[in-house]
Amino acid sequence: MRSVTFETTAWPGHTAGQHVDIRLTADNGYQAQRSYSIASPAGRAPRVELTVECVSGGEVSPFLIEELRAGDTIELRGPIGGYFTWNPGISSPLMLIAGGSGVVPLMSMLRTRSQAGSKVPAKLLYSARSVEDIIYRGELELAANRDGFDLVHTLTRGAPAGWKGQTRRVDRDMLAQYGFQPAEEPQIFVCGPTSFVETVADQLVTLGHGESAIKTERFGPTGDKR
Amino acid sequence: MTDEVARLDGNAAAGTLGRFCAFEATNLRVTCASCGAETVLGRLHLYGGSRAMILRCIRCGEVNLRLLEVGPSLRLDFRGAALLALGPEPATAAGAFALEE
Repeated sequence: MRSVTFETTAWPGHTAGQHVDIRLTADNGYQAQRSYSIASPAGRAPRVELTVECVSGGEVSPFLIEELRAGDTIELRGPIGGYFTWNPGISSPLMLIAGGSGVVPLMSMLRTRSQAGSKVPAKLLYSARSVEDIIYRGELELAANRDGFDLVHTLTRGAPAGWKGQTRRVDRDMLAQYGFQPAEEPQIFVCGPTSFVETVADQLVTLGHGESAIKTERFGPTGDKR
Repeated sequence: MTDEVARLDGNAAAGTLGRFCAFEATNLRVTCASCGAETVLGRLHLYGGSRAMILRCIRCGEVNLRLLEVGPSLRLDFRGAALLALGPEPATAAGAFALEE
């Protein structure tokens, strides 16, 4: 896992939840492209932070994590996306559910909310394999229980002694206990691996949340060669 | 590699579609030519990689859109989509079709 900040040129500004495409071109013309979510808060700042998870055997993430050095220039296209986005002007409660590195675009939403001084109630339910896999842990815990933001961690592959969070996969009971009620009409964003996103979205519907209130983004190895 | 079988969603097609569309494509409403379900493009199921993408209906699985990028060329096959709509729903859906009669 690595967070990298890029100084962009001609950046029009971005909305929380958007992503960029990064394209790498080898000397022989071979190209590989992947999408990465923006972690930094929405706005016009030309500096854009991405958080990259290493996909073993991947073509782009190992380069970004192991080889990219400060001062290097890369080809970045964006900002991209308008469906999985959140605007701090929206008054509905904000319910965020993350699986693994799916927390990245949700972090941009939380940072945007904080920067805008929004008082909209927000909850993040964040599933990670282990404590070591929790991204932005310090920042999230500093923000928790303040300004209407609630944080619930759940670990799926064992927890250390004294762990106060949950210790199972996100399920219907957990969503009912820690999420907003359908009557509160939250805007819900779910991001993570495909199976995680689909399971959570289905459970939210069975709890009575409207499909149009649930926005999803699936993470996974994608992109191909040419 | 799992690229060929990975299922993501229409959000991953937005960068490539941006070459075709002057507008942000993930909010495009796509009506399936097979079952008639209308789905926001960002929710369609996406198979493939960044150069060859297939976007399928979330209800019946019909291929709604195919995108193929070869070098500087981009092809969009949309025969599986009965209607592409942008912006809010018209006040009466029937009104939109009355123009065609």
